[in-house]
Amino acid sequence: MGRCCCRCCCPRGLWMLSAPCCDDRRMCVCPGPRRIGIPVRSSSLPLFSDAMPAPTQLFFPLIRNCELSRIYGTACYCHHKHLCCSPPYIPQSRLRYTPHPTYATFYRPKESWWQYTQGRRYASTPQKFYLTPPQVNSILKANEYSFKVPEFDGKNVSSVLGFDSNQLPANAPIEDRRSAATCLQTRGMLLGVFDGHAGCACSQAVSERLFYYIAVSLLPHETLLEIENAVESGRALLPILQWHKHPNDYFSKEASKLYFNSLRTYWQELIDLNTGESTEIDVKEALINAFKRLDNDISLEAQVGDPNSFLNYLVLRVAFSGATACVAHVDGVDLHVANTGDSRAMLGVQEEDGSWSAVTLSNDHNAQNEREVERLKLEHPKNEAKSVVKQDRLLGLLMPFRAFGDVKFKWSIDLQKRVIESGPDQLNDNEYTKFIPPNYYTPPYLTAEPEVTYHRLRPQDKFLVLATDGLWETMHRQDVVRIVGEYLTGMHHQQPIAVGGYKVTLGQMHGLLTERRAKMSSVFEDQNAATHLIRHAVGNNEFGAVDHERLSKMLSLPEELARMYRDDITITVVQFNSHVVGAYQNQE
Amino acid sequence: MAEVVLSQKRLAAGSTRFCAGILSTARHLTVEQKMADYSNKLYHQLEQETGIHTGYIRTGSIFLAQTQDRLISLKRINSRLNVIGIPSEIISPKKVAELHPLLNVHDLVGAMHVPEDAVVSSADVALALASAASQNGVQIYDRTSILHVMVRKGQVTGVETDKGQIQCHYFVNCAGQWAYELGLSNEEPVSIPLHACEHFYLLTRPWETPLQSNTPTIVDADGRIYIRNWQGGILSGGFEKNPKPIFTEGKNQLEIQNLQEDWDHFEPLLSSLLRRMPELETLEIMKLVNCPETFTPDMRCIMGESPSVRGYFVLAGMNSAGLSFGGGAGRYLAEWMVHGYPSESVWELDLKRFGALQSSRTFLRHRVMEVMPLLYDLKVPRWDFQTGRQLRTSPLYDRLDAQGARWMEKHGFERPKYFVPPDKDLLALEQSKTFYKPDWFEIVESEVKCCKEAVCVIDMSSFTKFEITSTGDQALEILQYLFSNDLDVPVGHIVHTGMLNEGGGYENDCSIARLSKRSFFMISPTDQQVHCWAWLKKYMPEDSNLILEDVTWKYTALNLIGPRAVDVLSELSYAPMTPDHFPSLFCKEMSVGYANGIRVMSMTHTGEPGFMLYIPIEYALHVYNEVMSVGQKYGIRNAGYYALRSLRIEKFFAFWGQDLNTLTTPLECGRESRVKLDKGMDFIGRDALLQQKQNGVYKRLTMFILDDHDTDLDLWPWWGEPIYRNGQYVGKTTSSAYGYTLERHVCLGFVHNFSEDTGEEQVVTADFINRGEYEIDIAGQRFQAKAKLYPVTSLFTHKRRKDDVELSDLHGK
Repeated sequence: MGRCCCRCCCPRGLWMLSAPCCDDRRMCVCPGPRRIGIPVRSSSLPLFSDAMPAPTQLFFPLIRNCELSRIYGTACYCHHKHLCCSPPYIPQSRLRYTPHPTYATFYRPKESWWQYTQGRRYASTPQKFYLTPPQVNSILKANEYSFKVPEFDGKNVSSVLGFDSNQLPANAPIEDRRSAATCLQTRGMLLGVFDGHAGCACSQAVSERLFYYIAVSLLPHETLLEIENAVESGRALLPILQWHKHPNDYFSKEASKLYFNSLRTYWQELIDLNTGESTEIDVKEALINAFKRLDNDISLEAQVGDPNSFLNYLVLRVAFSGATACVAHVDGVDLHVANTGDSRAMLGVQEEDGSWSAVTLSNDHNAQNEREVERLKLEHPKNEAKSVVKQDRLLGLLMPFRAFGDVKFKWSIDLQKRVIESGPDQLNDNEYTKFIPPNYYTPPYLTAEPEVTYHRLRPQDKFLVLATDGLWETMHRQDVVRIVGEYLTGMHHQQPIAVGGYKVTLGQMHGLLTERRAKMSSVFEDQNAATHLIRHAVGNNEFGAVDHERLSKMLSLPEELARMYRDDITITVVQFNSHVVGAYQNQE
Repeated sequence: MAEVVLSQKRLAAGSTRFCAGILSTARHLTVEQKMADYSNKLYHQLEQETGIHTGYIRTGSIFLAQTQDRLISLKRINSRLNVIGIPSEIISPKKVAELHPLLNVHDLVGAMHVPEDAVVSSADVALALASAASQNGVQIYDRTSILHVMVRKGQVTGVETDKGQIQCHYFVNCAGQWAYELGLSNEEPVSIPLHACEHFYLLTRPWETPLQSNTPTIVDADGRIYIRNWQGGILSGGFEKNPKPIFTEGKNQLEIQNLQEDWDHFEPLLSSLLRRMPELETLEIMKLVNCPETFTPDMRCIMGESPSVRGYFVLAGMNSAGLSFGGGAGRYLAEWMVHGYPSESVWELDLKRFGALQSSRTFLRHRVMEVMPLLYDLKVPRWDFQTGRQLRTSPLYDRLDAQGARWMEKHGFERPKYFVPPDKDLLALEQSKTFYKPDWFEIVESEVKCCKEAVCVIDMSSFTKFEITSTGDQALEILQYLFSNDLDVPVGHIVHTGMLNEGGGYENDCSIARLSKRSFFMISPTDQQVHCWAWLKKYMPEDSNLILEDVTWKYTALNLIGPRAVDVLSELSYAPMTPDHFPSLFCKEMSVGYANGIRVMSMTHTGEPGFMLYIPIEYALHVYNEVMSVGQKYGIRNAGYYALRSLRIEKFFAFWGQDLNTLTTPLECGRESRVKLDKGMDFIGRDALLQQKQNGVYKRLTMFILDDHDTDLDLWPWWGEPIYRNGQYVGKTTSSAYGYTLERHVCLGFVHNFSEDTGEEQVVTADFINRGEYEIDIAGQRFQAKAKLYPVTSLFTHKRRKDDVELSDLHGK
């Protein structure tokens, strides 16, 4: 059923050609444009044809894969978003791996050529890709979400003012996920971004489940008992999380029961482990336990399987795909960031002179991080030192060095084979799942254990940016913080104009103000800091200003091309209440 | 006793000093027009009286209209100004260009010219007033801060300042934007709901050839700016869409110092200014002034005596019109303090229209951000504030909301206007603004029809409800003294009665049910909650055996209107509800559904048959559900206040606060039957009424049915439209609605009889009313109207013809 999506866009044979290469431009040694080499135009549908009128192109980024198939592939039927992560193709199209490094090198010269022609083509026919500003806005704002912590009688007791969040897909469907929730039985707020690879199944599952694991880990013994008793006696449960979700952020109904049972087993164990003495719960420990436990549950569920064939297939897809996670827990002035993988948490600090500086609160777990490379080498025998990190990838395949799911890098070969053989046919047919990484001697090579950073908030800490690597690969952290900072403080960052003694005519002043406003107009267009950031990330020209033409080109790329120019971008900007943070500080 | 003026800083500092000095009489409320007119005359002669130069120049002002709707709004003001003797006229863009050489008039559709409006130097006016006061023995202390006002037994006794105590019986809080804080500093706090916003205006250097000093002031409301001539240059400010509220957390020295020019914020206004006067481009800037202005939750100023502290008066919250209103407001307040009441009805401005419930800083901050732009927004009928909503709600709010209710707010309470059927879409808020037929016309029509033919339920929980009980006859005695009708009725009877003042005018119009020999249940309009309470408290003796309780929050009120209400109720109560068993104006506690102790009253506030149910709130949902499910087979549906309004106006039911005020007596609105002059004891206002009965009345509430008015195409009446009798102005309308049964517009309004020679008011007789040809002036266009002194009876009633019945009438609603 799920095949339809891809088939209607691209004949199967051609698709397979592209499979060995990843479509992840940055992750892979072979950047994306390689795939332009596929004569897509031979497709029976004129989706990517140059002749396509601009208005149709406009909808590309908005329409999910399955919807496209509904429009163009009459024979196809694909009714549910997460089914779009269709069996044989997902791993190929969403790969972050290069199973055959040689392919990559082989294709490299060609890429640049294609990139070149591609660039020229745009330059020669810019009007084709031109979107009007409102059209650009409707694309950028499709997934934006804002939440303001309710204010009571002018007194806001939370150190979090609220957050802005948004995501821009490059993959279809998007593989990034995000979550935000308020802990109801403990204090604090949880926010996270999740970058999926090899499909969206794992990032989806983590985005639904991780916060529950964290919240449960933070709960005092008595509350856990109370909840367990309520389940046991069929009473109403205490609510644990208040989610703050965009309508597009869905939860899986089908797996809800399964997920609940796993979660319940976890808290039952926590109850059993309790020694009786009520100890202070350590947030850092709770975060680490929650991450590890969820990854463990994902792995176990895939091994055990489920009698329901749909669920059985789902848990396998979750386990065989992967996701990084970057989660912040804010409680008063205590900020914990737990990070697994290469998403990043960045603190925006306003210096006394009003300027902005960036403080990184997480370490990327990838080849650029020497400590991570060191860790991997230490965890495996010396003779693997060369193969464990190869071409800046784990076993020459995987960019992030820590991740949820990805059992291919965790299970023994035996286990992998056993599960795949007993698994559903779709899994068996899948070349990728069957493929065993090279030099795979001493698994596990991958862990979901997060690195937790603690930061005590100060009044000058104005906001926190959580974002997937799609943002960080296009923008420098300093620029990110400056753009958000200037956005949040609105006009005030511009030196206020004062006439003071100078001779200024009304006309001159008007000209000056109009200019200033034009400069700020992109700020005015956005009611959401994350949207504003995406606008810059996608549309910035070499001078660091948003270039509308560039923006409209980037956004009108057909979805199959989009991935070559950018990655999925997911951003959550948490704004802190300096007054409350200051008050905390004064109390002590 | 000496009169003393205290000022925290220098006298006339703050926004008085900075204010733009424009005096304009073009106001929306008549009482505001009169105040501004008085101020104008006062300032005009001030220089002569005191010898202090006030900078008074009669420049006139021009109000520009960029749209037809704006022109309609100006025409409405214009016709109201003319009838109170303030000259003004609607002029063409060409005429505008003649009056003001620098204006770009290409985008204008018209304008209003008010030639007698003026400009002054506000600080000098304040000084002149102060000096005049000093000459009359008033002592003025500068730089004196008030710590608090001393109160004993609910009466002002003095003021504690940083320089010592002053004994006094009267205190006026004129502290402007600090009035809120000063009010709260009392032991018995006085809540004065107002909040400041930053306000900017621009000063330029003079032109090379300075503008003539009598160049008219320009108000370009569509462009959100005003422009006046200032020392040969111009002064221009405006009311922007995105105001900056300030001082939410009270006096903050830091913020005061930071009141800086904000050019970026001013940019839209500057653009608008240059569009209006392109030649200004070359004019040199002098400075951009930032002077906070104070705004109130309903855009009207606040004056009057505190409901809780006698002698504590307030005059504040001028919504940027302090200079225009100052003189007139001061006069009314002075009359109030000396005589106990002002010479005009000022209920619209009375402090007691607010309660503590409007005093939340968050509420005020949000609301003033809506109010300030509203100053220059188009004011259309039936406008509801969008901020500070959902404060007080009925327990049925969610149920009704889910069924399509659209809401309006009164005194913080959400009330349904009408119910949008699921298959119908209404216009967005901005598009729905109109002076013509509104988009909900058919919706309300079907609700009214249902009230007439079947049964409707309206949630009317917002009404103010008091209970008065006593151990002996005290309750009856005090009520007999306070109310004009005879309340010594058998238990279970309901009496419509007025709560009158000494002049016989309505302080409140209510319905009182005698629950038992010694207890009464009193229902008054929603916004009477503070005023009525204060009035009763003022006259009730300190007697522990007499208890007054505000039970507004304890009851949910459902109004079952329509001929089938009887069936619904009797089915739910297993009690016969026919007029034989349950006569009109009767009150009984009975069970409805499972719920016992529901106060059922046979009245509907509309003149239609039906019942009011006063339901203890915990039963509200149950009773509502039962009524709706049983009512289904009788065709029951929800209805809102717009339907109620249409019904009651069609039946000539006057409402307090709209048609009736403190200067109208029962005899002037045909309610002789509600006054028992010979009930065997004196009551407040009796003497005045006796005299009026003897001499006749000078005005008479009359119902007008518009004859040649096309509902679809003509401007709708609202209120305040001038009434002409045989071509002579005789009064203004007070409310209006479309009567769906009459298929005509109905207006209520007062008819006076001004002597043709002297303009003096003469007695109005029924004969005088009946023998006139009437016209109603809607924005300058006159429509013929039939005058009626009594409601039109069923003669007109529209009967559904047999052929009109269709299958869909069989559907449940």
